Amino acid sequence: MSTDTAPAPGAAPPASDERLREVSRASRLLSRPELGAVVGAILVWVFFAIVAFDNNFISWATTAAILNRAAPLGILAIAVALLMIGGEFDLSIGSIVGFAGMTIMVLSFPTDGGGFGWSLWPAILVALIVALAVGWFNGFLVVTTKLPSFIITLATLFIFRGLTIALTRLRTNRTQLGNLDEVSGFGLADTLFASQFTIFGARFRVAILWWVGLALVATWVLLRTRQGNWIFGAGGDANAARSVGVPVNRVKIALFMTTAFAGFLVALIQAVQFTGADTLRGFQQEFEAIIAVVVGGTLLTGGYGSAIGALFGALIFAMVQQGIIITGVDGDWFQVFVGTVLVVAVIFNNFVRQKAAQR
Amino acid sequence: MSGNGTPLLEIRNVSKYFGSVIALEDVSAFVRAGEVTCLLGDNGAGKSTLIKVLSGVHKPTKGNYFFDGVEQSFNSPRDALEMGIATVYQDLAMIPLMSVWRNFFLGSEPTKGWGPFKSYDSEFAKKTTKEEMAKMGIDIRDPDQTVGTLSGGERQSVAIARAVYFGAKVLILDEPTAALGVKQAGVVLKYILQARNRGIGVIFITHNPHHAYPVADHFVILRRGLVYGDYTKAELPLEQLVQMMAGGADLEALQHELEQAAREGGAEAESLAETAQAIESELDELDELGDE
Ligand SMILES: Nc1ncnc2c1ncn2[C@@H]1O[C@H](COP(=O)(O)OP(=O)(O)O)[C@@H](O)[C@H]1O
Repeated sequence: MSTDTAPAPGAAPPASDERLREVSRASRLLSRPELGAVVGAILVWVFFAIVAFDNNFISWATTAAILNRAAPLGILAIAVALLMIGGEFDLSIGSIVGFAGMTIMVLSFPTDGGGFGWSLWPAILVALIVALAVGWFNGFLVVTTKLPSFIITLATLFIFRGLTIALTRLRTNRTQLGNLDEVSGFGLADTLFASQFTIFGARFRVAILWWVGLALVATWVLLRTRQGNWIFGAGGDANAARSVGVPVNRVKIALFMTTAFAGFLVALIQAVQFTGADTLRGFQQEFEAIIAVVVGGTLLTGGYGSAIGALFGALIFAMVQQGIIITGVDGDWFQVFVGTVLVVAVIFNNFVRQKAAQR
Repeated sequence: MSGNGTPLLEIRNVSKYFGSVIALEDVSAFVRAGEVTCLLGDNGAGKSTLIKVLSGVHKPTKGNYFFDGVEQSFNSPRDALEMGIATVYQDLAMIPLMSVWRNFFLGSEPTKGWGPFKSYDSEFAKKTTKEEMAKMGIDIRDPDQTVGTLSGGERQSVAIARAVYFGAKVLILDEPTAALGVKQAGVVLKYILQARNRGIGVIFITHNPHHAYPVADHFVILRRGLVYGDYTKAELPLEQLVQMMAGGADLEALQHELEQAAREGGAEAESLAETAQAIESELDELDELGDE
């Protein structure tokens, strides 16, 4: 490899040291949480590339469709990954998508239709504040009651879905609102959150950039900031982290606010893209996000995982979905497929992690 | 090195009551810089309560607490920590799935850069972890190794090295050898001596006289919340210490214990003696180093 490998006298120790380092580098790669998801994404792609070859799986159009599908789920999954590494769950994120989306719609909907007739940006701002408040509320309840976040957010899942439906209907008598493109301020929002760019004739949505950008920011935070270290610490052992001065409660509340922010962002992207929203938006997306995160190698028990893994987890999810659509397999089978992928991925990840820990 | 100067940390006539329960009564103890004070006692003797008083978790009901000759009244462990009184608990503040260097600096991460671009200075953290562990005589091959893959003794040593690095003047160790095998316990005892040689006052809590004897400069023996004895090493041969630790039980139970020890503990006793010997020679070596 190098030019000066001639065994100089007394050069033996450094040579053996070098070998040690190489071994540990290989096993370090193996011990990365996202490894399973990256390998899995390649396998799933190859599978559909063969099975759906005649259906043009290997094409720019299909690639764009997959990425467009993966982006909103991926945005949620990245935030959920941070939260799960921090040792908590958020089942309410789908309801937050619905609630934030309807907040934007009701505030900007014309007054004669039961809305408030605001222009779009103030409505967006209020929706953001509302979403962050919901996230704070989740986090506050979890750290003060010390109940499992699974229970707390299961409750808020129902509370906020119910509020979305009840308040929207109370105010507008509908469950679906549209015509967002007629609200002032829509142009800029459209450019930022729903525009498309064309590469090789295929249309990619700007949400993909948000998705990838968030994954990069999240990865940087996790691996290169104090706060990232605190997230791993809070999830790994909250008491131990507390005893060395990590503000565990603040970290957890911030993480719940992060997932709520992701829910808001997805709600905004979808409201602008579809120029409207309905009260069931985001329904069951909490489960899809958790699946993407777990497939991405994050431990359910916290303290271990990655945002890049969540990105690939969302990609696998979208590939399976798109693959099933274009091969013309009955969509009824989709959930069977997803469940199977989940179980296989978790078993595979556990296997890899145990191998890595045994060095 | 020993026997000189005022105590670094001292408690005088400390009592701690929980309602009607007398956990500690009229307990006095001290540690000097560069010395090891061993607190010995059976289960229920009041060791944990005493640690909690020393580390600032509990306020004593009666009595005085001096650090560096100045009377103190701590409201929280954080107050004590800021003075340089660090406690390493038996169930360590370590996160198994995190790497050694991330654990080492958890809660006190070094940063570089500014504003929103302030980032965790991981190179510094890795380098320092390796250096600090080397100072304790531990070669961490790979600071990226997770703490979960370290042995129990190594984990204790990381915790001790961390406390020392973050400026501990007094180190309170809560049964650091309790869950360890003979060999691993020896490793930890070695680091206790290392810390001592760096001028730290060490309070070492244990119920095992064989672990206490090789490292301690003096012994405080607790029984039922009272100080049963306070000796320097010169005053107290190991046999007497062992006897004292067993003395609380009535004669029959003692005899039973001894018989059992003779029957099945022969091999263990032998290897313990071996460790003790190894530690003694290590101790001599360290003393020489310390005197340089
Ligand atoms: N918080 C508390 N409330 C009431 N009694 C306590 C409390 N903490 C300790 N004790 C009592 O004090 C005595 C000494 O306990 P402890 O300090 O845990 O001993 P050791 O650590 O030596 O086993 C025990 O009898 C225990 O029941």
